[in-house]
Amino acid sequence: MSSERKRHVIPGEVITSGPYRSEQNTIQVGENIVSTIVGLSDVHDGSVRVIPLTGGYMPKDDDLVIGKIVSHSSLSWTADINSCYAGMLPASDVFGRDYSSSSDDMTAKLAKGDLIAARIVNADKTRDPLITISGRELGKIDSGELVKISPNKVPRLIGKRGSMIQMIESSTNSQITIGQNGLLVVSSEDPNGLLKAIRAIELIEEQAHVANLTDQVNEMLESKSE
Amino acid sequence: MGGRDTDIVLLDENGIRSDGRKVNETRKVTIKAGVLKNANGSAYIEFGDNKILVGVYGPRDVHPKHLSDTDTGILRCRYHMVPFSVGERKKPAPSRREVEISKVIKEALEPAVMLKEFPRTAVDVYMEVLQADGGTRCAALTGASVALADAGIPMRDLVAGCAAGKAADAVILDVNNEEDQAGQADLPIGYMPNLKKITLLQLDGVLTPEEYKQCIEIGIDGCNQVYEIQKKALQDKFFSNGEKQ
Repeated sequence: MSSERKRHVIPGEVITSGPYRSEQNTIQVGENIVSTIVGLSDVHDGSVRVIPLTGGYMPKDDDLVIGKIVSHSSLSWTADINSCYAGMLPASDVFGRDYSSSSDDMTAKLAKGDLIAARIVNADKTRDPLITISGRELGKIDSGELVKISPNKVPRLIGKRGSMIQMIESSTNSQITIGQNGLLVVSSEDPNGLLKAIRAIELIEEQAHVANLTDQVNEMLESKSE
Repeated sequence: MGGRDTDIVLLDENGIRSDGRKVNETRKVTIKAGVLKNANGSAYIEFGDNKILVGVYGPRDVHPKHLSDTDTGILRCRYHMVPFSVGERKKPAPSRREVEISKVIKEALEPAVMLKEFPRTAVDVYMEVLQADGGTRCAALTGASVALADAGIPMRDLVAGCAAGKAADAVILDVNNEEDQAGQADLPIGYMPNLKKITLLQLDGVLTPEEYKQCIEIGIDGCNQVYEIQKKALQDKFFSNGEKQ
């Protein structure tokens, strides 16, 4: 049992016992370290964690997310970031420090329904996460196809050091913006490339738990490239 | 305890019950996880002739707002029987009994779910009984905990439910509707098998201290059997194709 590094676990299942640190998605019960979710256990360097296979997105500092503006007050926009908490985008982030609610028109910059690529600035759970759109690759998204996948499958889509996503981008000639919250924007000059990239993403979403996924995706990308 | 069909034989001379089971045998339990697309987590459970559909939504915004708690997420449960779940049409409005069962199931799940991780949110569990045949609260609880795990809500352990009871002067496991109506006692148990803790315990009827101990013992044994099926349901959904461990 302990010889296996990664195992499938469900809530309540004992992963290991002994002098290990209990990390993400695990709890210590007496001597044992127990999983709290359905996922893959990972014992590494004296610490134990479980990689989730299900569940929603939890905002984390510095995550890039894709959100949709749902409303605004006189001081901030509220964006749906596919999480149980809504993202708060302060108006001063867009207009600068001399923003005044009487002279600046917020809807002129971002209206309800607009998509934005944003970065999470501060995510403590006592209040809604603060987001920003000032930065490279951030801001309003004008074109592209929105694709939604499970947030847990985002790392799989990116692959080791971005290998998977680079492969899809280069072979379909498209640009993919990945939000850690499971929302992606795919854009391409070539409609066929766009469709193929979306199909590849859907394949990864379906087959995320399978080994050699890279080969499978590669095969799929090449098979229809003629 | 009304005993409508007094001529029914609950336990024959060979120790076989009216539906052909032995005294310490549960009904056939099947669970399927992830049956609803719109829910964050879901499960469908058949516990003998009980058929229950469970949907879990959340963590999500709390409405009405005043119910939200800044320290922790909250759990809300709704147990409901559809009008065609029993012989005579059941009025769809929540009855006293349904309100009670919703409450006890909520309290049975609370020790397991770790909602401290999601302050200011709510997790809603909806249990719809499509067909009832005694022991629906245990079945609903069992299904709800699978649906919660399917939704990815962190839990210390799954909660398995199974009733024990007394009919025809014998201690029996997993009381069905007939045995509940004509029998002497019904003792539903909710149990966390890994933590070895009881989260739901009710008793309707009269048991001697000795019988009570026996009921708890076989009831926990029944919960352990149900737990194996819960485990399999989750494994089937998440690990069925692709590499095995």
